[in-house]
Amino acid sequence: MKKVYARPAYCMNCHLCEVNCIVAHSKSRNLLKAFKKEKLRGTARVFVEERKPISIAVQCRHCNDPRCVAGCISGAMVKDTETGIVYCQEEKCVGCWTCVVSCPYGVIRPIEIDGRKLPLKCDLCKEYEEPACVVGCPNKALVFEERGAEV
Amino acid sequence: MSTFSLKTSEFSVIRDENKCIKCLACVRQCGFDCHQYDEENDSLYTIDANCVNCQRCVYICPADALKIYENPKPMRSNNYWSANDLKNIYKQAETGGVLLTGMGNDKAFPGYFDRLVLNASQVTNPSIDPLREPMEIRTYLGRRTEPIALQKQKEKDKTQTPIVPIETPIMFAGISYGAISHQAFEALARAAKEFGTMFNTGEGGLPKDLYQYGDNAIVQVASGRFGVHSDYLNVGRIIEIKIGQGAKPGIGGHLPGEKITEEISTTRMIPEGTDALSPAPHHDIYSIEDLRQLIFTLKEATRYEKPISVKISAVHNVAAIASGIARAGADIIAVDGFRGGTGAAPLMIRDHVGIPIELAIAAIDQRLRDEGIRNSVTLVAAGGFRCSADVVKAIALGADAVYIGTAALIALGCHLCQKCYTGKCSWGIATQDPYKTRRLNPELGAERLYNLLRGWSHEIKEMLGGMGINSIESLKGNRLHLRGVGLNEVELNLLGVKHAGEAI
Repeated sequence: MKKVYARPAYCMNCHLCEVNCIVAHSKSRNLLKAFKKEKLRGTARVFVEERKPISIAVQCRHCNDPRCVAGCISGAMVKDTETGIVYCQEEKCVGCWTCVVSCPYGVIRPIEIDGRKLPLKCDLCKEYEEPACVVGCPNKALVFEERGAEV
Repeated sequence: MSTFSLKTSEFSVIRDENKCIKCLACVRQCGFDCHQYDEENDSLYTIDANCVNCQRCVYICPADALKIYENPKPMRSNNYWSANDLKNIYKQAETGGVLLTGMGNDKAFPGYFDRLVLNASQVTNPSIDPLREPMEIRTYLGRRTEPIALQKQKEKDKTQTPIVPIETPIMFAGISYGAISHQAFEALARAAKEFGTMFNTGEGGLPKDLYQYGDNAIVQVASGRFGVHSDYLNVGRIIEIKIGQGAKPGIGGHLPGEKITEEISTTRMIPEGTDALSPAPHHDIYSIEDLRQLIFTLKEATRYEKPISVKISAVHNVAAIASGIARAGADIIAVDGFRGGTGAAPLMIRDHVGIPIELAIAAIDQRLRDEGIRNSVTLVAAGGFRCSADVVKAIALGADAVYIGTAALIALGCHLCQKCYTGKCSWGIATQDPYKTRRLNPELGAERLYNLLRGWSHEIKEMLGGMGINSIESLKGNRLHLRGVGLNEVELNLLGVKHAGEAI
């Protein structure tokens, strides 16, 4: 499946992937409204890890055998058999955050929306042609491509 | 800042709080620590004194919340003492140092390119549409062979070096690895290869991993001889002896030890962390005869397979010097005018030494023609080419090709903040800080440079077509295609052009 891959040699630690992620997943899909009105700051599903001078954007790897899916106690977290995308069926989720602690990459964000606990994770922007983080990266440090099977 | 200082902030960074989303991109991208984040209050603020107006934050801000304004001059207006004069004196009164700067001369000297206009065909001689008809802008670098004559075949001249074709009369100027990042250097090399033109290594050698671009490299041998060895000379297509640089004629160079990283030290063949000092003169060149020795030493070392270029800065006697260089056996003469850029130069030298490239081209071309040796060398002009029209005018004045340096860096994102000498470049160009160099993706950089060459080449073809000529060779030194506007008699004579309105 096509996945997002980071190229740390070109990641310049601007964190614009996070901004673009937030806007893409906002109701308004407008930068100012997403941050100012919807107050979505800090809800990005991509995480820029930094240890200067190196930085790298990581997000869900959509593993072949996802630990978050295996650990989910309510069966909310599933891997789509067709697209391979790992996602949370929010109506089934009980907010135990087992997925958060079981993710080996630490890329599931625990958040509370209207008092309800939910996991927030990359869905590869399935509503768009290409993930917003990739499209918006000013230095092409993120690519969306097919690289064959992974461990 | 605790000590009292007369230096004032040149710029103000204004943040529109209604737009700022506190993503902190500005804080992370500013190379000069102007943008600050107060974690305790979750607020952003700026230290205006640090701002150099490089515009990095303005471009990176996703919310378009930043604007940079020039601060009003804090001194009373004076037609003789400019605010800059005062600022420089205050600075020197505090530091006692030489004023340093980067990039090219920014003083308001009258530009000749701006007072020369080109011709176009009307009625009596048809103009040519380059989109429909072939238009040749391929340029050849090197010493032309003697004209073919119906005589007994002479023995082949074994000292004849080959001619190097380039697909457009535009090459990238010498910018050393060290002055600019590996990423920027690689972008230049890639673009040159893709377009079929040349890039120039500058005086800092060629990193091993870029030897693959050797066929498109002009390798420089400068007074510091950094990175010069047999492989280096043989991997390049052309060898250039650098005598002078337009931005700082008569003085050498100094790359501070902090910039000499491991890779640069290997490439330059000097110890890590030591200053790279280029002496002002070549210590083995004190005459044209000495220059001839070095030219032929290099030709011997490369089995007469590489044309030799000699780069000088445009100074008062440039025509006579160029004539000497041609007679010394150089195949290419590169002349760098006073608008030429640099990574670091003393401000006084950059702004007050050297002559405009337009006059230098005209003077050299005329002198070489008068002496009947114009054919023996290629004349490459450099120093402040801003657009394709400047290139066309330079070629009409007598140049064969041009170097673009500043324009190439601008294509890579440079905003002419003139702080290259600090090594803090926010755009990842003139820095060796690994946190910043990664901002310049060579793939994207090469694409931008390629586009620039493509655009300019198209425009050159259009201008040639308009003049009714279909080959750049027909334009070379063809000053009848130029007319001066608002130039006096002396200037017109020096440039060898008529005034606008005068017919042939």
